[in-house]
Amino acid sequence: MSIPTPFHPRTSVHNHNLDWKDWGGYFAANSYNVVNDFEYFAFRHSAGLVDVTPLFKYKVTGRDAGRFLAHIIVKDIEKLKVNQATYCCWCDDRGMVIDDGTVMRFGENEYFVTAADPSYSWFSRFVRKHDVNIEDVTDSICSLALQGPMSREILKQICDADLDNLKFFWTTSARGDDFEFKISRTGYTGDLGYELWIRNEAAIKLFDVIWEAGQNYNIRMSGIAALDIARIEAGLIMNGVDYHSALHALTPEQMSTPYELGLGWLINLDRDPFMGQKALLREKEEGSKWATVGLDIDWPELEALYNEHGLPPHTDHGAWRKSIPVYDRQQGNKQIGYATSGTWSPLLKKNIALVTIESRYATPGTEVDFEVTVEHQRRTVKATVGKPQFFNPERKRSILKTEEHEQEI
Amino acid sequence: MSKKYDAIVIGGGHNGLINAAYLAKADRSVLVLEKRHILGGAAVSEEVFPGFTFSVASYVVSLFRPHIVRELNLAQHGYDIIPMDASFQPLPGGDLGLCRWGDSALSRREITRFSKKDSEVYGEFSKVMTHMAKLAKEVIDHPAPDVASINPKELSALLRMGKVFKNLGPELLQMNTKLLTMSSVDFLDLWFESEVLKGPMAVSGIIGTYLGVRSPGTAYVLLHHYMGELDGAFRSWGFSKGGTGGVSQACASAARSFGAEIRTNAGVAQVKIKNGRATGVVLENGDEIDAKIVVSNLDPNRTYLKMIGEDNLPDEVTAEIKRFKLRGSSGKVNFALSGVPNFCKQRGSLDFMKGDIAIVPNVDYVERAYDQAKYGEFSERPYINIVVPSLTDPTLAPPGKHVMSCFVQYAPYKIKEGADHWPQLREKFGDAVQETIKEYVPDIDSLVEHRQVLTPWDLQETFGLTEGNIFQGELTLEQLLFQRPIAGYAKYKTPIENLWMSGSGTHPGGGIMGSGGELSAKSILKERVI
Repeated sequence: MSIPTPFHPRTSVHNHNLDWKDWGGYFAANSYNVVNDFEYFAFRHSAGLVDVTPLFKYKVTGRDAGRFLAHIIVKDIEKLKVNQATYCCWCDDRGMVIDDGTVMRFGENEYFVTAADPSYSWFSRFVRKHDVNIEDVTDSICSLALQGPMSREILKQICDADLDNLKFFWTTSARGDDFEFKISRTGYTGDLGYELWIRNEAAIKLFDVIWEAGQNYNIRMSGIAALDIARIEAGLIMNGVDYHSALHALTPEQMSTPYELGLGWLINLDRDPFMGQKALLREKEEGSKWATVGLDIDWPELEALYNEHGLPPHTDHGAWRKSIPVYDRQQGNKQIGYATSGTWSPLLKKNIALVTIESRYATPGTEVDFEVTVEHQRRTVKATVGKPQFFNPERKRSILKTEEHEQEI
Repeated sequence: MSKKYDAIVIGGGHNGLINAAYLAKADRSVLVLEKRHILGGAAVSEEVFPGFTFSVASYVVSLFRPHIVRELNLAQHGYDIIPMDASFQPLPGGDLGLCRWGDSALSRREITRFSKKDSEVYGEFSKVMTHMAKLAKEVIDHPAPDVASINPKELSALLRMGKVFKNLGPELLQMNTKLLTMSSVDFLDLWFESEVLKGPMAVSGIIGTYLGVRSPGTAYVLLHHYMGELDGAFRSWGFSKGGTGGVSQACASAARSFGAEIRTNAGVAQVKIKNGRATGVVLENGDEIDAKIVVSNLDPNRTYLKMIGEDNLPDEVTAEIKRFKLRGSSGKVNFALSGVPNFCKQRGSLDFMKGDIAIVPNVDYVERAYDQAKYGEFSERPYINIVVPSLTDPTLAPPGKHVMSCFVQYAPYKIKEGADHWPQLREKFGDAVQETIKEYVPDIDSLVEHRQVLTPWDLQETFGLTEGNIFQGELTLEQLLFQRPIAGYAKYKTPIENLWMSGSGTHPGGGIMGSGGELSAKSILKERVI
């Protein structure tokens, strides 16, 4: 049975749709309103507030903390500077992905790790003689994501942090009226946005000041359904949806390597031994079997199929998470991959999907056939392969230059 | 000698920019000339008062063709529409008013307060209109076939359209006939009984026309506005982020990315014509620029009578174009406000104000407003369509402050004192609008920091819309399809060879939809004139 997060007394008031789902054992609002498009548009036009408390969170401390994390993670965490954050993934010895998440360095020997799955046991088994302490803070630290072009303005109203100069994937401590919290410029929307980390006891205080400050900026509560649209547009994959953790996979077929997931850019291969290094070195030389790509599903062809039935074109409402076959365009019945999630992009006016595909089809511009069901009949339409990242606005990375900075230039 | 372009587009409104973008995308050299200092024509965002950005003229987007967004990659260039969730109609005397929402169950409950029957029929009506809109989409997305022609291409286009009609089945075909001939109110009477509900629905039929909701033929205009098509699905209206100028800026950015040149502060005095052919343009400053073709994005009146000139036109064509009805009937009042203008405090949350707000308490109200207009007066109690886009897009106003845009009908261009008396009547007109709003927002006077009043005369002088017609010509049946702007020259062509048209005054007509620009460019490229 799910339990409420510390923000539940507030989120439940906003949830006019009573649409809750389980996320990591917590109640998470899937949508707050019957018509939930606005929860998505808040991410792109104003600011959407998401309770992301259910993320699994770990505090890793000790003299060897950096070295330890660098050993179990494909990225060289030792290079992370204090207050910097990074997205990363970790593998088993076969180079198969266990999970993906974010690592933040809050102090010289203090790291903060978020994960999609419970990871305490996995991390702990590699501590051995290292001077490392891992604390599961999932149930004592809660989190809000404030995402969207207005998020910086709202946060500036409620705390003392220098947000104008906080760069993408950096963190800072912040002080509100009578509470302290951490801010990281991270998120799952591919937009300007922040995640706020705070002790459970101060949860409601933080929520209330954000909500109040947000009133002049069209702040909205946003649910998981809206987040899903945004993260697919941004090409951000999801554990359990777009891939399966090697710990949960029943067969080798169900496992994926970082390269296959499009996460090759995260790997620092040339360094001290780390988990999966040998296998990943081999894969880099020999090439990967699969690739993760974005598909732009042709709209006129879909329109034409519906037109055969005298109907206007139709797409699922919001994002979908299901396996849909992708075929070779020349040899119609040859399956070459499958979509794992997708959405109509309200912003790009495109029907898009994240797809696992045989790597020789992964070149951008390659045309494939995508299966659609139109009036109960299975058909295919053309789709074009591209990068998974469909949307990447400048504001995501931009910083506001202070006057001093301008003078320096 | 200066460079000779493949094409010069006169007028940097959204259609002109789209036209240029398509031509440039096909590797033609294109120059866009805009008279004002800013691009966009009527789809323009301007910081009229410090900190307050307005969609000065056109204020909402619904019909913009999604395929244009994809073909020109407009989203990458900043095209960004925020859908409107609600349509609110305040009622006098502290009533809760009527709000129609995207949430159909909620709308049904709202309508039930006025008529239980209507609340259930509402869904049936939407279904029929969806079918009708599908038909209209077929019409909008192609150049209008000429019924008088025996050219096989025209006939096959007619046949294709005929097939779509045939597939509607007899019931919907009859409905179509009704839609084309009836008045907006008569048409709605087929379904609804509540005068309150019919009010805001009927006004869609008169937008931009000098007709009343009980005038025959207005039912079609109702459809034109009903079929707002966003996201490839038939649905409601939306705001452009940063104002409707955002749409134009995105079109301009796309055009530039394909290599088009765009100049502002470059008014065109006339088209250069030699032996019945357009050869370029003469700018207001006397400069001449040559091009293989010229595309006028101006309204038909300006294109024919100013850019071409009567001397270069056959007499019948001149007479015909002078009969083309513009008859501007609306104005625009933009308010900069120090706080939220709450149209219904009893409702608590402000969500009901995040769409449009229609001041039209019932059908008779708007017919009475028309009565005054018929005799050359502006309505003292006009129909007002209000949006407060800063509630949705906080970048438009300083924190806590708001911009309120009011589309006002009727304000006839031909006011009884004479159109050139509008400047003297301007503030009086603005007062009438503010007084009308005060009946619903009693504290409006104290909220107003600034007010910008645009009469039809101002629309003409500022945006070059002759007689202030927001659609570059009324959207009445006799001026549509193969007769827009006039029979014989409906396919973006003019009597002058190599002079083309692309604006709202061509098929399929007004609203920020981009079709004129797109279809015109595609016709030009298809005929390989450049």
